[in-house]
Amino acid sequence: MSEDNNDKIIIQSQSSESISGGGSGSTTDIDYVRPAEVGDQDLYHGHSFITKWVFCQDAKVIGVQYFLLATFTGIIGLILSWLMRLQLGFPELASFMTAEHYYQFVTMHGMIMVVYFLTALFLGGFGNFLIPLMVGARDMVFPYLNMVSFWMFFIAVVVLLASFFVPGGPTGSGWTLYPPQSILEGTPGSGMGILLMCLSLILFVAGFTMGGLNYLITVLQARTRGMTLMRMPLTVWGIFTATVLAMLAFPALLVGSLMMSLDKILGTSFFMPTILQAGEVLEYGGGSPILFQHLFWFFGHPEVYIVALPAFGIISDLISVHSRKNIFGYRMMVWAIVVIGGLSFFVWAHHMYVSGMNPWFGFFFATTTLIIAVPTAMKVYNWVLTLWRGNIRLNTVMLWCLGFIVTFVNGGITGIFLGNVTVDVPLSDTYFVIAHFHMVMGIAPLMVIMGAVYHWFPLVTGRMLSEKLGKWHFWFTFLGAYSIYFPMHYLGFIGVPRRYFEMYDSPYVTSAVGMNEFISTAAFIVGAAQFILIYNIIKSLKTGKPAGKNPWQANSLEWLTPSVPPEHGNWGDRLPVVHRWPYDYSVPGAKEDFITQTTPPSDVTNSEVEKT
Amino acid sequence: MSDLKIEGYEFKPGYRGMAEDTGSAQTMFKGVHWGKAMMWIFLLSDTFIFSCFLISYMKGRGSTPVEWPNPSEVFALHVGGVDVPLLLIAIMTFVLITSSGTMALAVKYGYEKNRKMCGWLILATAIGGLTFVGMQAFEWSKLIHEGVRPWENPFGAKQFGSFFFMITGFHGTHVSIGVIFLFIYAYKTFAGHYDERKRGWFTSIKGDYVEIEILGLYWHFVDLVWVFIFAFFYLW
Repeated sequence: MSEDNNDKIIIQSQSSESISGGGSGSTTDIDYVRPAEVGDQDLYHGHSFITKWVFCQDAKVIGVQYFLLATFTGIIGLILSWLMRLQLGFPELASFMTAEHYYQFVTMHGMIMVVYFLTALFLGGFGNFLIPLMVGARDMVFPYLNMVSFWMFFIAVVVLLASFFVPGGPTGSGWTLYPPQSILEGTPGSGMGILLMCLSLILFVAGFTMGGLNYLITVLQARTRGMTLMRMPLTVWGIFTATVLAMLAFPALLVGSLMMSLDKILGTSFFMPTILQAGEVLEYGGGSPILFQHLFWFFGHPEVYIVALPAFGIISDLISVHSRKNIFGYRMMVWAIVVIGGLSFFVWAHHMYVSGMNPWFGFFFATTTLIIAVPTAMKVYNWVLTLWRGNIRLNTVMLWCLGFIVTFVNGGITGIFLGNVTVDVPLSDTYFVIAHFHMVMGIAPLMVIMGAVYHWFPLVTGRMLSEKLGKWHFWFTFLGAYSIYFPMHYLGFIGVPRRYFEMYDSPYVTSAVGMNEFISTAAFIVGAAQFILIYNIIKSLKTGKPAGKNPWQANSLEWLTPSVPPEHGNWGDRLPVVHRWPYDYSVPGAKEDFITQTTPPSDVTNSEVEKT
Repeated sequence: MSDLKIEGYEFKPGYRGMAEDTGSAQTMFKGVHWGKAMMWIFLLSDTFIFSCFLISYMKGRGSTPVEWPNPSEVFALHVGGVDVPLLLIAIMTFVLITSSGTMALAVKYGYEKNRKMCGWLILATAIGGLTFVGMQAFEWSKLIHEGVRPWENPFGAKQFGSFFFMITGFHGTHVSIGVIFLFIYAYKTFAGHYDERKRGWFTSIKGDYVEIEILGLYWHFVDLVWVFIFAFFYLW
């Protein structure tokens, strides 16, 4: 305990200098908070159905719109994965599928899940809904731009799905879209398919930029009185840093997509070397296919953290609330998020160890990759230490949190294997890679999304989700996901390559066939189990227990709105005033086990609160 | 920003002041309009787009086995019987940089609420931008006339045409969008939308002269990017 006290004294001495920010020294009132710097936001209130629910400028509605559309595309991605697993596990039942179909499904599954599902859901969905509420703003700073952002995303999804219906179908070049094969004949969807994919990505980036500017400026310039950066919930920190990454990484994707479209439409040779096809020399020549790989992965690796950082932030808040304890090492958590975000721009070529680049490059990128393990491991320790001696409520949300920690550690450890060049080269393009990235950036963020849905559903709708159905959903998903991806590690070790339509008479067959059948069966069950959540949501919307205000006894601002669910403008007449960080749980001497962010210091004079 | 005053907040100089602004509540950039902060961050993102283009160009120029054409020959203008290298491009650059100057003056007169001067200077900027785009169109048609295409190039490496049309096209699109907005803003200034704080057509946000400064940021950025394109394409 003595160490804790020391820590507190240090924090106090720092805060008395820096947090009061330029000195409000003349006042003796301990509840003093500086007056507002900016006037109240001028909002456009919708009057008709169309301006209230369709072309709506309320960030909360836009967040729900993003959530629903991303979930819809996610379900398409799920169905595609079922079809792939059907082919791999039970090819005799999938006679309607050709190899071309399989490649197209692989490609679309990957692209949908990474970009149109996870990115849109975390940043568009949770970002829009939570950022204004959590920082105490009335809305995003540019509501009109925010509305346009969603509709750009909508058009991007329409264009993406339209590629299923054009001649040749969607592109089948793998989600990495590597040229030259992605635009050459022989690859499925090398005509309209790849063009629509590039167009859709460009639209997505344009739409995302509009939303991203909103998230950044709302966090930087529109916080409420008393809300310093170091009093923001980690959810906001995660989404904020992820948005910074997106603003700097998506340009590379935009440029890559544009150049590839020009290679296809105009016959330029940005990425195309001299090519001999069917005995004929093509018009192309002199381009560099590796250039596309660099552009793609300069986007692609930060993209991993665009998905992971919001998940890190959200899980920190969920764990803290449901174990009734402050997050362990808040400042360390913030800096870890920022450092991971910064480092993520210096590791991209670890996706290209087998591309034939200079071995010294591999050495450099392996080093930076392994350095990322340091802040990431800190975060895992801090989550575990937050749970330690906490007053843990073992509800559905907490189950998802625990599931996340285990899954993330699992995926992180295989990441250390793959980050080393010598280990990666034999494992490259095998099922080990599939298992790794599905664990670390598929299942783990998905667990966070599920936990977040169970946590914030009462805020969005005013009703609780069913705990019983939630626990069924969790156990099916958790055990099922491990049944799918644990065996894949083994498949990778025995050398089964990824993206193969079937194994033919290869020596893997004997040991891999049974395992593939098992994995496929598990995949069908896990996929079907997700409909428990959808059923739960629909049922709870009508018959769920009314949540009332602040059902989880949480501290952060989103639960403290005058009406639940919050109305347009969020805060009624008066904006909230923040006096503390959002993690004052189980404070010794306090009347209750939580002290909300708006509780003034004079109300908690006898308790040992942290100075933040 | 020395005249900025915020109630209950004391500005301190140097790194210490910067750290305190960052650590303080409500805003990180004190007294900075939301739209202005947004434009700065957008321009940072746009910088990455142009950087990707220019780095791709360097890579493309480095990896093609065919010789790169000599820019001072390709971009020369035949005037009065002699080939003057880079003549057109020098005029274009001059016009664009000058339009940056008129833009800066427009911002100044805007903040002084001098509606007429502000409007005329925005219009002058718009015309400067239009002249630039026009000369670019002339240069494009000259090159196309000589047989340069995105997919082929009689002077050497075919990537020359590809990168040239793509990058100057992308930059020209930026200039054109800027010109359109300059005309709109010139109209709004003359019509007094900023003096009366009239609400925007789409956004329904009250008009303010700060919008001119925001557009100015974009315009200066477009000019700055041109300097890099000029250096990498015409001088290298």
